[in-house]
Amino acid sequence: MEKVFERPKALCDVPLHYCPGCTHGIVHRLVAEVIDELGIEGKTVGVAPVGCAVFAYNYFNCDMIEAAHGRAPAVATGVKRALPENVVFTYQGDGDLAAIGTAETVHAASRGENITVIFINNAIYGMTGGQMAPTTLEGQVTQTSPYGRDLKTQGYPVRVCELLSNTGGAAYLERVSVDSVPNIKKAKAAIKKAFTNQIEGKGFSLIEVLSACPTNWGLTPTEALKWLRENMIPYYPLGVYKDKEAEKND
Amino acid sequence: MTNEFVIAGFGGQGVLFMGKALAYMGMADEKNVSWLPSYGPEMRGGTANCHVIVSDDPVASPLIINPTTLFAMNLPSLLKFQDSVVEGGYIVIDETLIDPAEITRKDVNVVAIPAAKIAEEMNAKKLANMILLGAYIKKSGFVSYETMKKGIGKSIKKPEMFEINMKAMDKGFEL
Amino acid sequence: MGEKVLMKGNEAIAEAAIRAGCKMFFGYPITPQTELAAYMAKRLPKIGGVFLQAESEVAAINMVYGAASAGKRVLTSSSSPGVSLKQEGISYIAGSDLPCVIINIVRGGPGLGGIQPAQSDYFQACKGGGHGDYHLIVLAPGSIQEIVDITKDAFELSEKYRMPVMIMGDGMLGQMMEPIEFGEETEVVVPERDYATNGTQMKRPHNIINSLYIEPSELEKTVLERYERYKKVEENETRVEEYMLDDAEYVIAAYGTIARVAKTAIANLRKEGIKVGLIRPITLWPFPSASFAKAADKVKGILDVEMSMGQMVEDVRLSVNGKCPVEFFGRTGGVIPTPGEICDALKKMKEGK
Repeated sequence: MEKVFERPKALCDVPLHYCPGCTHGIVHRLVAEVIDELGIEGKTVGVAPVGCAVFAYNYFNCDMIEAAHGRAPAVATGVKRALPENVVFTYQGDGDLAAIGTAETVHAASRGENITVIFINNAIYGMTGGQMAPTTLEGQVTQTSPYGRDLKTQGYPVRVCELLSNTGGAAYLERVSVDSVPNIKKAKAAIKKAFTNQIEGKGFSLIEVLSACPTNWGLTPTEALKWLRENMIPYYPLGVYKDKEAEKND
Repeated sequence: MTNEFVIAGFGGQGVLFMGKALAYMGMADEKNVSWLPSYGPEMRGGTANCHVIVSDDPVASPLIINPTTLFAMNLPSLLKFQDSVVEGGYIVIDETLIDPAEITRKDVNVVAIPAAKIAEEMNAKKLANMILLGAYIKKSGFVSYETMKKGIGKSIKKPEMFEINMKAMDKGFEL
Repeated sequence: MGEKVLMKGNEAIAEAAIRAGCKMFFGYPITPQTELAAYMAKRLPKIGGVFLQAESEVAAINMVYGAASAGKRVLTSSSSPGVSLKQEGISYIAGSDLPCVIINIVRGGPGLGGIQPAQSDYFQACKGGGHGDYHLIVLAPGSIQEIVDITKDAFELSEKYRMPVMIMGDGMLGQMMEPIEFGEETEVVVPERDYATNGTQMKRPHNIINSLYIEPSELEKTVLERYERYKKVEENETRVEEYMLDDAEYVIAAYGTIARVAKTAIANLRKEGIKVGLIRPITLWPFPSASFAKAADKVKGILDVEMSMGQMVEDVRLSVNGKCPVEFFGRTGGVIPTPGEICDALKKMKEGK
C-alpha cells in the first residue's frame, strides 16, 4: 500500500507538548517538510527560543541549540559565521523576537545575516500563561492587560515585517497565516523560499506566521482560528514586505 | 640602575612615541622596560602622558611616582610634575614653548632647547620631540648613539620615516 | 626564539589568541579594552577568521555561545560594565558546558564608574556573576608576557573542562607595553568536539546544546556532574606565584597589577629590614587556598592589597581560617595604591595599629 502521509524525517518521533488547537505543531511540520524537501537536515542547525517553542530542540531531528530569551538571532549569527556552509534557522515567538530580542532581530536583519527566521506571532505570551505581548492587539485582554490593551499606557502592537522592511540587509520578509488550508500552503511556500534564499546566499529571511493560542485566548480551537482571521489579519496584513530579488528585477 | 621617564604634553606632540622610542632603546641595551600611557577622554586633544621605566631589574610597578627624567612638553605639564622629579634628575623642556624661568627646581639638570623653532627651520614641525630626545640623550648619556639609532629603528617601521626622525635626533644630539 | 617586541596588553591578548588558533571574535567597544577588538578587526579577516562588532555585549556573548556550539575557538572581550551585560550569556555557556574565553579588562565601578584600572569585579568573576551554580576558571596575569602565555592555556583549559574561562586584567595591564616574545608559531590543531552542533551529516543522532532541564532531579544531576569536573579543576589547575616566602614574617596577598606594585613595596620594606613575601594568585578561581593556609602557619600576618574595597580578602580569610591576622588595604575607583601606601599599611599592621 502506498503511504500518502507520514511524519517528516526532520521531525523526531516524539509527542509534542503543545496545547490542543495550538498551531506550533503545524509550523513545526512545515519547517520539517521544507528541510526534507531541500535535503538539508544533515547540515541544518536550528536555534530554539524561550517561550512555548522552548522544547523545539527535542522536536527537530537536526542539530539544535537552546538560546536565551530573545538571543536566538545572535546565537544563529555565531553559528552561521562559524559554519557558513551550514543552514541555520531560528524559531521564535513574539515576546522573544519582538520584545526582549528586538535589538538582536533588527541587527541580524540589518547585517543581512544569511539565516532564516521563523517568527510565530500569536499576540500573547503563551509559556508564562497569557501575558501581554508586543504584538497583543488594542483592547485585547491578557493577564497583564486585564482591561484590554490601552494604547495610551501600553503602546501600540509592533508590526515586525513592516519594521524590518526598512532594514537594508533583509532579503525576504513575508507575513503568512496558518488559519486555513490555503494559507497553510502559502505559509509553507514562504518558509521554503526563506530556506532556499539562505542556501543561495541571499541573506536574512524572516517569515512571520500568524498563529493561534486557544488556551491563552480563552477560545476553542475553531473560535481561535476565526478570531485570528477577524482580528489579527486586519492589523497584520498578509503578504510580502520585502523581496530584494524581486526589487532587483523591477 | 633604573631610569624612570615621565613624558607629558598635549596630544599630538608625539608624547607616546617618545616613550616608545625610549623603551626600545632600553631593549636594545637588553634592559627591562615598561611603557604605560594615560588613557581615556584626556587623550582627546587634551593632555597626554606616559611613564617609561628602563631598568637592570625586572620592572615591578610600571607607575612612576618620582621620575628620574621629566620631559615637559608644555607649561601645565612642567608645573604639574616638576616637583616630583628626583634630586639630580633631568627636566627637559622646549624653550620655544616654555620659559626656562618656570623651572623652580635648582637641584636638577635642565635641558632647555628651542626644539620647535629648530624643527620649523628643518621644515619638520612634528619632529620637535625627536630633537629634544636627541639633546637629552647627548647630555645624559642615557644610551650610546648606536643604541639610540637601534632603538629608533625598532620603533619606526617605515625606512623613509626612520630617516627623517634620525635627522631630527642628530640635530638634537649635535647641539 | 622569536624577537622581543613591545606590545600593549590588549594587543598581546589578541595576537596570543590568534596564535592559539582562535579565529573568531565577537565584541562591542568599551574603554579600556578597545585595542583588543581593533587588533582583531585588522587581523582576523586576513587569515580567514571572523571579526564581528555586535550590537551589544549581550548579543556578542550570545554570538560566542553560537560559535562555541558550532565547535570553534572563540573569544570576546570587554570591560566591567560590558561584562555585567554578558553575565546572562556566560551563565548559559556554563550551563551548556561550552568552552570559550572571555576577557575582562576591569575598570572602576559600580555603574558607569570610571575608566581607570580596578579590581572590583573579583566577586562577579569568582562568585558567579550570572545566575545559577557554576564557576569560571578565572586567570589573573600580572605581566604582558604572562598574558601571552596564559591566553593559550585559557583556550586549552576551557576545552579540557568544557567551561568558560575568564582572563581578568585591568586598565593598566590592557594599556601598558612590555617586551614580549611569542616563541615559534606552531600549527594549532583544535580538538574536534563531538558534542558540537555542526550538522549531523545524517551520520549521528542530533546534538543538542542546552541548559534547560524541567525535571529538578535531572538538573541536579547535570550540576553535580559539573561540580565533579570543578573538583578536578581545583585539584589540577590552581596556579600561584610565591615570592620571597622563605624567610618572610609577613605576606602580602595581591594579584595582577597590584601585585607588581606590591613587589616594589616588598623591595623597599626589605631594605628597612622587614621581611615580607608575596602570594600572588594566578588563578583566582580555583583559589590557591593551600598556599595561604601553609603561609598562615609561619607568618605573623597577611596584608591583602587590592584595587577594590576588599573582595579577594574574603577568600584569603577563608583560607587562613583564623590562623593568623589578615588585614586589608585597598584603593578603589581607579586609584592605584602606591608602593609607599602599601609599605605604610604593612608597617601599621606590624605595629598592631
